[in-house]
Amino acid sequence: MLTLECPYCGVKAEETELQAGGEAHLKRFGPGSSDDEFEGYLFLRKNPKGVHFERWRHAYGCGKWFLAARCTATLEVFGTYSAQTKEPPADLQAKIKAKRPDWEGYK
Amino acid sequence: MSTRLQKGGRLIDRSKALSFTFNGKRMKGFAGDTLASALLGADQMMVGRSFKYHRPRGVVASGAEEPNALVGLGTGGRFEPNQRTTTTELFDGAVTASQNHWPSLEFDIGAINDKFYRFLPAGFYYKTFMFPRFAWKHVFEPIVRQSAGLGKVPQNRDEDRYEYAYAFADLVIVGGGIAGLAAALAAGKQGKRVWLIEQTAHWGGRAVVDGVQIEGTDAGAWVKEAVQALEKMENVTLRTRTMASGLYDHGYLMAYERIADHTPGDGRPRHRLWRMRAGHIVTATGAIERPLSFAGNDIPGVMLASAVRDYVVNWAVSPGDRTVIVTNNDDAYRTALALLDAGLVVPAVIDARPEAKGELPQAVRARGVRVLEGHGIAKVKGGKRVTGVATCIQAGEGAELEQIACDAVAMSGGWSPVVHLWSHCGGKLIWDDKLAMFRPDPKRPATGEDGAAMVTAVGSANGILAAQDVLADAHQAVGGKGTAPGAVSEAEEPLIPVWIMPQGAGPALRFKMWLDPQNDVKVSDVQLAAREGYESVEHTKRYTTLGMATDQGKISNINGLAILSDSLNRAIPETGTTTFRPPYTPISMGAIAGEARGEIFQPLRKTPMHEWHETHGAHWEPVGLWRRPYCFLRSGEGVHDAVNREIRQVRNSVGLLDASTLGKILVKGPDAGKFLDMLYTNMMSTLPVGKCRYGLMCNENGFLSDDGVVVRLTEDTWLCHTTTGGADRIHGWMEDWLQCEWWDFKVYTANVTEQYAQVAIAGPNARKLLEKLGGMDLSKEALPFMEWREGVLGGFRARVHRISFSGELSFEVAVPASEGRAFWDALIAAGEEFGVMPYGTEAMHIMRAEKGFIMIGDETDGTVIPQDLNLQWAISKKKEDYLGKRAQERSFMASPDRWKLVGLETLDGSVIPDGAYAVAEGYNANGQRNMQGRVTSTYHSPTLNKGIAMGLVKHGPDRMGEVIEFPVDNGKVVKARIVDPVFYDKDGEKQNV
Repeated sequence: MLTLECPYCGVKAEETELQAGGEAHLKRFGPGSSDDEFEGYLFLRKNPKGVHFERWRHAYGCGKWFLAARCTATLEVFGTYSAQTKEPPADLQAKIKAKRPDWEGYK
Repeated sequence: MSTRLQKGGRLIDRSKALSFTFNGKRMKGFAGDTLASALLGADQMMVGRSFKYHRPRGVVASGAEEPNALVGLGTGGRFEPNQRTTTTELFDGAVTASQNHWPSLEFDIGAINDKFYRFLPAGFYYKTFMFPRFAWKHVFEPIVRQSAGLGKVPQNRDEDRYEYAYAFADLVIVGGGIAGLAAALAAGKQGKRVWLIEQTAHWGGRAVVDGVQIEGTDAGAWVKEAVQALEKMENVTLRTRTMASGLYDHGYLMAYERIADHTPGDGRPRHRLWRMRAGHIVTATGAIERPLSFAGNDIPGVMLASAVRDYVVNWAVSPGDRTVIVTNNDDAYRTALALLDAGLVVPAVIDARPEAKGELPQAVRARGVRVLEGHGIAKVKGGKRVTGVATCIQAGEGAELEQIACDAVAMSGGWSPVVHLWSHCGGKLIWDDKLAMFRPDPKRPATGEDGAAMVTAVGSANGILAAQDVLADAHQAVGGKGTAPGAVSEAEEPLIPVWIMPQGAGPALRFKMWLDPQNDVKVSDVQLAAREGYESVEHTKRYTTLGMATDQGKISNINGLAILSDSLNRAIPETGTTTFRPPYTPISMGAIAGEARGEIFQPLRKTPMHEWHETHGAHWEPVGLWRRPYCFLRSGEGVHDAVNREIRQVRNSVGLLDASTLGKILVKGPDAGKFLDMLYTNMMSTLPVGKCRYGLMCNENGFLSDDGVVVRLTEDTWLCHTTTGGADRIHGWMEDWLQCEWWDFKVYTANVTEQYAQVAIAGPNARKLLEKLGGMDLSKEALPFMEWREGVLGGFRARVHRISFSGELSFEVAVPASEGRAFWDALIAAGEEFGVMPYGTEAMHIMRAEKGFIMIGDETDGTVIPQDLNLQWAISKKKEDYLGKRAQERSFMASPDRWKLVGLETLDGSVIPDGAYAVAEGYNANGQRNMQGRVTSTYHSPTLNKGIAMGLVKHGPDRMGEVIEFPVDNGKVVKARIVDPVFYDKDGEKQNV
């Protein structure tokens, strides 16, 4: 049972208050996209043993979606941040890189 | 025979005698006894029969690791099977019964299995019972079920109550032995919020029994002082009878408190499940002694050496006058000393090591006890209890040297740290060759949210066995200031690992060496598994059942994997352990459920009219957390008749449907229209204020997800109706897109489902009824079909929609929820002259099917696109994009071969079974009959007086009039004609008046 801090209301929320939403920073492909692009958007997901970016909703709290960076192996949480961004904040990326020099970036 | 000693017993109170029964026989014990100590005190050595061979079994251990001594405890609503006698505190009037035998414990028919052991090896049920095929279900399985298994399932409703509790702490220390106490003292002084929990009713653990000296006094006195000091610290919470059952992510610890197991029926909750969040966890969970594998090591009277010591010192119970000790280490000699101190006889200590010259063996020799070095037990003599042992050379094959008469055997194969909590959340182990044990690897602990270790193992749980080292380890692990409490205990010489006794034992002996007494797994079974190719310890566990069931192999796992490693000729760490999974020991189902039972099992959502329905014969149907009336039963009426009556009333006059549960989501803002155009397949931005439009929502995979009528309330406000079950999901879906994808859209959403009561007034007399209420012009001209008006209707603030799900003239009226019941009452009163009556969800379903309207969840199942349902008319061709559009452009979505919606009419007027499949010619690659369609909705239509159905059929709309076949049960085939799905009022004349 993970605990994640909701960046909107500041509550350290427990997993029972949260709804998991899968991988973060997906780019949507709609009409006009190629089959490969659409397949990638709809079906292909990362499954790393290591740093992962995820969508979470504070469903039984403030109701807001937010994003979290955590390690799937050690369960270390590097940080949570607004869902209204196209990429993880630079300081968070720097923090992860410092802790995990082998990390290849969020893309 | 086992008996109660005249003197001693540090945990019992001889002034308080308690009486209990075992298999109906009255017995006596004392306050402070466990069931096991009381049974042994009453000479009940044999307490059950084994799982597979039905061999006599007795108490082996004195704690949570006990594999054998399980009983059915209590009666009626307080009966529970498989209770460990070693961890059950005795109470007055306890009713206990042994398990797994027939007709009686003493004489058991199933014990015949023991004679056929050669035919019942590991995995025998995978190898036998294969043919004939029907025999498994009707012959073999009933026999296996009758003869295998442990306790009986309780038949009554549980009389007790249970609860959850929550706690937060900087540090939770698990285990109240000297390690836990020392850690708590050191951490408590630092001002941390500390919890110290102990699974038994007593503090101090083994040190007290083992005669350790701490800080110049005996361990018992030190423990008492330590507990008193901790009780004075406000930041420290102490709990006995509380077992940490599992450790989960981010310091989430679950603990099981047995509040009233020893005082049943006193009004307190029986168990409390603690859900704790700990900053850090210290496991001071001690170690468990391992048995030795020698022939006959499962006969009642063969016990762990530490357990024998516990029974003598704690409960003044003698396992018998003469106890032979068999060991590979020095610690077991403490048992010899304890027995001698109690005035009992130790005929010999059989030590597998070539020499035993340590402080403890010398002390035992000095008391005149024979120590047989380099020896082992060839065989234990006896059946229902031990009568003696035959000795042999450990290095040999088991040739008997000497017979020693005895009443009990105390065995010790070394110690295994209790690493369960350490391992639950990913902590790793290392193999310690010197101590022959897996212990926590401090370099690879379970980690918390900050990436740092969240668990520290201390003391014996950390593989540190000497008392002085235990205290130092615990003190230092929590950053204790100053020096740790000092202790003195006897120095010990190293053990030598012994996995088989004697090491060259042949098959005859190995067939009688038990590894796992609870599951009847022997050395020969694990060796057989290895020969048959089971290399993974996890596979071997499942094949042989080693380490399964209620004890999860607490005493057997290490011995088993040592045998497996030996058979595969590899080192023990290469084999590794099976996964340690919570709970540590079984916890009650009641505790897991807590208060969530009966009425508060889950919340019940009620519409404002719920109570009216309840008092008017509602036959309920659960829909999500709502209850909706399926139909309203009148006295003497069956469900089918009630449904037909309700339908006839709507079709001929007027009926009322409580539609309050329908989802109602407000979408408001300058970009609301643009947003809804993305959400729905059709165009919502162009819907004029005052009008309604039916809309479809798809997911990004193109599949139909929800439907409903959208209402344009104002220039920037839409009200979206969803299905009853879809309201929360669709609201969440909207928020997901608004927050995570189109966060630049200026849109608010609000789920107002419960803010309005909604009633459908349907039937030819619907308008007349509402006109009687008065206040609004509801004429065809003033309120045409698919429009809405707001006004005051009979004094109620109302929003009246002219929409129809029944095909009749129909108004759906929304009023504030607080006025819902009064509005409903007013409709019932005004409708009296029309014979108005409520109708339920089944009438609604049948009427919509008569009209060919689809239902989410019937016609859709997550693999159906709107095009399959001929709903192209509700898909905008003008829009560049909507959710699901790209997916619907994929080749297989556009394929003409997709199954499409049609009506189905049986040739004989019968009702096709729900979910029936239509067969096509030929067979597929798997040899299965080809299919060409399936039924999605099927009913008896009282309006048309015949069976009607909808279904998805390959090329269906092009095959009108064709007859297809649906094989149903018993080889019967139902024939149905493909027809238009609209069975009733094809031109919609009835709803448009």
